[in-house]
Amino acid sequence: MATRHLFIELQTLNRRAKLKIIFAKFQCLCIIPALVGVDKKTCIQFCLCTFQEEMVIRPLYSGDIYASFQFRTQWDTDFLHDGKKVSHYRLFPKSLGQVLSKFSVRELHISFTQGYWRTMQWGQPFIPSPPGAELWVWFHHTVTDVDGNWKELTNVLSGIFCASLNFIDSTNTVEPSASFKPLGLGNATDHRFLRYATLPREIVCTENLTPWKKLLPCGSKAGLAVLMKSEKLFHSSFHSQAVHIRPVCKDWQCTSTAWELRQTLNVVFDLYTSGQGKKEWSLFKMFSRTLTEACPLASSSKIYVDVTDNPGGELFDLSPSSPLISTAVVLGDRRTYSVYDLTKKETFGQLRSLNLLLRWKGENDMLRPPLHAERYVSGFGLQKGEIHTCLYNSHPYRAYPVLLLDSLPWYLRLYVHTLTVTSKTRENKPSYIHYQPSKDRLRPHLLEMLVQLPPHSVTEVTVQFERALLKWTEYTPDPNHGFYIGSSVISALVPSIVAMDTNSTRDRPLFSSFFPTKEESSYFMRVYTEPLLVNLPTPDFSMPYNVICLTCTVVAVGYGSFYNLLTRTFQVDEPSAPLAKRLANIIRRLRGVPLL
Amino acid sequence: SLISLTSVAFLLRGNCKHVRTKDSPPNICGFNLILVPDIKICRLVNVKTVIPMVQLLNWRRGLFPQTKMAAPLTLVLILSVTIRAVLFRSSLAELISERVEVVSPLNAWKRGLFCYYVLQENNISLFFQTPLVIYLFHFVVDYAEIVFMIVDGITAVALYLAVQNYNKNVFRKQKYALEADRYPHDCLELMRSPKEMHYIPLKVAMFYLLNPFTILSCVAKSTCGLNNAVMALFILSTLKGSALLSAIFLALATYQSIYPLTLFAPGLLFLLQRLYIPVNPCRSRFWFFTVQYSVMFIGSLLVIVCLSFFLLGSWDFIPSVYGFILSVPDLTPNIGLFWYFFAEMFEHFRFFFICVFQINVFFYTIPLSVKLKEHPVFLIFMQIAIISIFKSYPTVGDIALYMAFLPVWSHLYRFLRNIFLVSCVLLACTALFPVLWHLWIYAGSANSNFYYAITLLFNVGQILLVSDYFYAYLRREHHLSQGLYLRRKDGSEATLVLK
Repeated sequence: MATRHLFIELQTLNRRAKLKIIFAKFQCLCIIPALVGVDKKTCIQFCLCTFQEEMVIRPLYSGDIYASFQFRTQWDTDFLHDGKKVSHYRLFPKSLGQVLSKFSVRELHISFTQGYWRTMQWGQPFIPSPPGAELWVWFHHTVTDVDGNWKELTNVLSGIFCASLNFIDSTNTVEPSASFKPLGLGNATDHRFLRYATLPREIVCTENLTPWKKLLPCGSKAGLAVLMKSEKLFHSSFHSQAVHIRPVCKDWQCTSTAWELRQTLNVVFDLYTSGQGKKEWSLFKMFSRTLTEACPLASSSKIYVDVTDNPGGELFDLSPSSPLISTAVVLGDRRTYSVYDLTKKETFGQLRSLNLLLRWKGENDMLRPPLHAERYVSGFGLQKGEIHTCLYNSHPYRAYPVLLLDSLPWYLRLYVHTLTVTSKTRENKPSYIHYQPSKDRLRPHLLEMLVQLPPHSVTEVTVQFERALLKWTEYTPDPNHGFYIGSSVISALVPSIVAMDTNSTRDRPLFSSFFPTKEESSYFMRVYTEPLLVNLPTPDFSMPYNVICLTCTVVAVGYGSFYNLLTRTFQVDEPSAPLAKRLANIIRRLRGVPLL
Repeated sequence: SLISLTSVAFLLRGNCKHVRTKDSPPNICGFNLILVPDIKICRLVNVKTVIPMVQLLNWRRGLFPQTKMAAPLTLVLILSVTIRAVLFRSSLAELISERVEVVSPLNAWKRGLFCYYVLQENNISLFFQTPLVIYLFHFVVDYAEIVFMIVDGITAVALYLAVQNYNKNVFRKQKYALEADRYPHDCLELMRSPKEMHYIPLKVAMFYLLNPFTILSCVAKSTCGLNNAVMALFILSTLKGSALLSAIFLALATYQSIYPLTLFAPGLLFLLQRLYIPVNPCRSRFWFFTVQYSVMFIGSLLVIVCLSFFLLGSWDFIPSVYGFILSVPDLTPNIGLFWYFFAEMFEHFRFFFICVFQINVFFYTIPLSVKLKEHPVFLIFMQIAIISIFKSYPTVGDIALYMAFLPVWSHLYRFLRNIFLVSCVLLACTALFPVLWHLWIYAGSANSNFYYAITLLFNVGQILLVSDYFYAYLRREHHLSQGLYLRRKDGSEATLVLK
């Protein structure tokens, strides 16, 4: 049966991916150990990998479509264990595994985003990310030279992802004290081992997507990854790809750790305007491909379509319809999904291809997200300015605290004593402020604070800054375009909408609904604001020689006039004798006659 | 000769009204005159020069104008405080406190407040200002306006007293020289009369307090006012002859901004002169006093630095204050020469030029001290002026300090060559600074070169002003030794040239 299955694959797949898949399968069947004489234990170590892929499609109320891919590889081994050298990689990409073990990385999160997630129109994303590139890493607590490791790691990642991560240096790296906690195992709290950096100017394109796809076990040859055609993905309103690596529990007792690699790709298609105003989409329209099979290495491969608002089919038609329905509390809201399992043959129907199609029939209101934020620079001129960050709490009756993290480059001279936080025209003093002052050309400002957002309110955080004049070599090639300032990060435990719904008539037992249950009452949410574009005063770039000459001339005028007065003395100006007289005198002196 | 003698006596009788004071009846004054000059001189003396001469000889130690000068000084103080108070309360105060001409990163109130805030809230030592000033913020932060006004007042009073003292000395010396007949006889019109010197201290106080530069600096709450006060107290204590106080204030000034270190030389020279110790390296007394003064200076500097260390528990302030002054990392535009030069500098030449520019400030000390060793107060003026022109973060407050001394040299006016041009340049530049700043930063219709050009011109103007005063001073000294109306060998009127 297995051989037959493999044979079919051989016929359908491209050669390179084919070999990889076959090799992996053989390993799992423990053929190779038999051949090369490796004992069974090692084989098991090989085999402890699982790969899952899934896609969530959520129709947005603006008429856009949000597609979110997640690929999860779990590997039950520990790179960081002392004296254990891992050299056999199967599903887990070797390039990343080696990086993890070399730099003793505990957790790594990297994202590349093109476009800005519009929280007010689109709701919340499953995995938020700021425009540009973002990288945050927790190092293992045995690392002594964290900065050195970080520097090397960014350079290596820059090569792996074909991105300008090598521009991450001490001037844009911060150590947040509270906003970024480890998402995986271990409750490391010492933020000395954490590094966070963003490159808001980073432009994401095909050259970043290709290396990202190569990390997938099936590449882009099979499974959900076949949909990732760059000409379609980058013709979208929002594109974000990310890699998250973290240690997780191997089993529910958490006896040992496993490594989890999550590759996510989020994309928002504007099919409403490009589709002549028709609210209609299909997989083919979005990706110009349909699905024919799951990745053969995947233990599960599913597509979820959000049908929460369409229980009776009055809002849109989904075809082909799926008998499988799943309900889950996602981002504080109870959502219903139609599930398509790609590992089952019947999903693909008679045509042996799956092309989901959705037609809208009506309009609906969106539930406003409980938290969103925006940021802008006020003031005019190139001398000073003020950064305003507005935090919106749309929850009707619950106040909750949020952590605001701002990392600003040193050339904005931030005056933290001018920081004001106001909500509902009253001062709202942050209960915790962590400020790390900048150092010129060395370190950015880091400002973290814990602000309590009153219910149904706008909280405005303002801080004044001055713009510095830089050296002419420190400007970007287009200095008058301005400098990008990374997004501020707002992290919060937001009270969920589910918990609000205490008067629920849904089919839940009464005894479960009096006290809000912990896991449903609030959920973690991270919101990124817009990056800022700030203009700085510029010198004239064509002037260096002139400036050196002119300034030195002025110094020389000073030096010259003082030198003159210091070294010379006043004398009576005796007019020199005319030439003829001098000549006559010379002759007279020779003759020994008295001079004239 | 008899006729001339009688004519002098006659003249004296006629003019004794001018010189009469309480203690000197005209007869005595006439008697003095007739005793001192020899008949030959009297023949040369023309009517013009007799009167000042009479006045000069009549002036004795106890007779120096002791008239009530306190009242006008109080008036000036009240006027200046009123102007400042009005400006503090007006909407202009905020505008002024952000002008780059008035505040530099090193002395801006806002930055100081920021350091103070960071130190208090986060316990992070972060410096643009020296720790003592930041510590001072702790006490004055709520009464900043009053404190800055008082500080300006202290500076003005210190300068007033210092100049009064200096004038007394000048007068005494002049008198002794006259009595010893050391001046050429056609130099009498170069002599200074008590009448013209009477108002000089008041003018100095006025020049400092009512100078728009000082007012702007005070309204902006620039800590430059504190530095000026320390310098003024240094000058006062030096001129009063207190070596210890002088060393302490010099150490404070040096601690605040390195550059006043160059004032060590004039301070030492003045104190030596006051103690009648000749500047002679072979004499042990000279070395004894020099070492004594240096030890006092270095000792108090060490005490102040250690005090800052104990206040904060770290040495961070040394690189972040003095490193900041010396290596010029902040290129915020100001009225000096550094900002644009180092913004446009090629990276591999930066260190070289920083060294050149910083040495430039200290470079003139030794030659100037050699040249002006007899005139330490003028040397102080020259040094302050050079510092405020060539320092890395100059502001108008620094300029105001040396400009306050200009009335002291009012007798040099006849030898100044291009004072009209220079004053026009300085005035025009002062007006153009805000205009070109607006065009560059706000209107966007000009670029940085415009502002840079005006800083260049302003500095050329200052250099010409200072070198002109230097020239005039040297020339006057030359005339005092060689005579005012010099003649060539052939008897025609001679012109003086520098050779």
